[in-house]
Amino acid sequence: MHFSPAPMHIPDGFLSILVSVVMWILSIFAIGYSLKRVSQDIGERQVPLMGVLAAAIFAGQMLNFAVAGGTSGHLMGAAIATILLGPWAAVLVMTSVVSIQALIFQDGGLLALGANIFNMAIVGVAVSYVTYQLVYRLSGKRPWGIFAGGFLAAWLSIVITALGVGLQLALSGTSPANIAIPAMAAIHAIIGIGEGLITTGVLAFVYATRPDLITRQEAPPSKAGVVWVVGLLLAVALAILSPLASSRPDGLEWVAEQKGFLDTAQGTVYNIIPDYVLPGVSNEAIATVLAGILGIILVLGVAMGIGYLRRHRQQASDQ
Amino acid sequence: MHVHFLDPYRPRSSPVHALDPRLKLVLTLGFILTTALVPPGAWPVYILLLAIVLSVEIISDLGVGTVLKRSALALPFVLAAVPILFTIPGTALWSIQIGPWELVLSAAGLERFASIAAKSWISVQAAIILASSTPFPELLAAMRAIRIPRLLVAIFSLMWRYLFVLVDEALRLLRARASRSGRSDQPGLKTGGSLAWRGRVAGGMAGNLFLRAYERSERIYMAMLARGYDGEIRKEPLPRLGPGGWLLLGVGLSVYLILLVVSLIL
Repeated sequence: MHFSPAPMHIPDGFLSILVSVVMWILSIFAIGYSLKRVSQDIGERQVPLMGVLAAAIFAGQMLNFAVAGGTSGHLMGAAIATILLGPWAAVLVMTSVVSIQALIFQDGGLLALGANIFNMAIVGVAVSYVTYQLVYRLSGKRPWGIFAGGFLAAWLSIVITALGVGLQLALSGTSPANIAIPAMAAIHAIIGIGEGLITTGVLAFVYATRPDLITRQEAPPSKAGVVWVVGLLLAVALAILSPLASSRPDGLEWVAEQKGFLDTAQGTVYNIIPDYVLPGVSNEAIATVLAGILGIILVLGVAMGIGYLRRHRQQASDQ
Repeated sequence: MHVHFLDPYRPRSSPVHALDPRLKLVLTLGFILTTALVPPGAWPVYILLLAIVLSVEIISDLGVGTVLKRSALALPFVLAAVPILFTIPGTALWSIQIGPWELVLSAAGLERFASIAAKSWISVQAAIILASSTPFPELLAAMRAIRIPRLLVAIFSLMWRYLFVLVDEALRLLRARASRSGRSDQPGLKTGGSLAWRGRVAGGMAGNLFLRAYERSERIYMAMLARGYDGEIRKEPLPRLGPGGWLLLGVGLSVYLILLVVSLIL
């Protein structure tokens, strides 16, 4: 049994170096700031809570339900973590979930981890927080505001996260913007309903048994303003930018331009090494193929030799 | 010791398993970075990278087949890159008429697509080797050694400690739901409630899981306090890296550098 990889986790190889590095920088900055806030606000008591809840979100992603035609809805968890823990701790919890998924279960790549953390732990949490608080306050802090806010926060966090994934793939030249972004948005507008339904179910259960856990978050954490600004900016930017990017009539040209731009950006990295040409090797396809084959035989030969020797020695020591 | 089916660690007595976890972490990350930096279409370098992963799989006794089987997990994402087969302009290789659209498979598009798939496949194998040859506590120590913040590593370690407990709990919840739910063989008889109802049931299960986790975390905190927890999880630091370790690190990183230079010259 294994976890079906959700289309949210980008594996390695799909993002250009530039996009990966920029996303890592943004994520590290956001995680660092959340760490500072969490240790100021709540301190050591939260470490077991955050660790065990991160494990619960990981396990909760296994709880699926049939939607239609063999597809099933399951949880990403950013909205639930935000509502139960507040934005700063939720960023850390979701970061842990996404990191462990990448490190241990290869659900998402290691170089792409920065982008995955940015999408699921930062965009997901910021969008959830802003949506939930907005609906909850508009409802006059009545219980239906919790459920409606939870549903909307969950749905929107999935859709906006998906837009982010689509945009990153398009910027990396991996998938054309006019296909990737609308496709991601459409698929996740449906998947998001599943997330919304489960999130509402969780909130209904927790509200019936331990209402204090939900209402505890009413007092805004310190520097909540930052989350409001960042969350609104992210949601609005992704919601406006990505359809704009994909609805340009000459979407293909746009991607080509974008690709050209990225190639130039990567070119500067590659130009650090001067255009030195190996004599007799450059531009000769046969020579390169031969060199490649020779290299493989060498490397594999050494490896098999070591493996053979080790097995031999083990057998000798067993006797 | 209880061995969980989810834990990817496979104990073997190979040199790869015995390697210092810091070296393994840095070398794996360096390998994936190198793979990402190799320009598209540098096939000989891709093949060399693949040869390196395959040889490590052989040396590590993990079994090439096992690693390859696991690596198939990441393949479905390749679908996201399929459109570039047809959208990058270049020499046409093949074309197909679907309704009003004509899809043209270009050589440049094919090269880019194959590069992405190859990079992804090679990188995921490196990550699998790291996870299957290193016990997670050692990986945590390595993360501390490369200066990942203490609080974050503490959350990772507690998450790992209770992951299997909670996954087992989730599986029990699923089993309970399956045994409560009946299904009729009679055709046309609808079983199960509406979509919203099913969502609510799954949500109730997840809520149950979260509450149990929440209350468990309170008990854990009390137990930690009783054992003298003061906000810091202390661990014996890893021993200093010996000259052999530094040598290996230097050799590994220079191999990556050489591969990169070669890929740029080609």
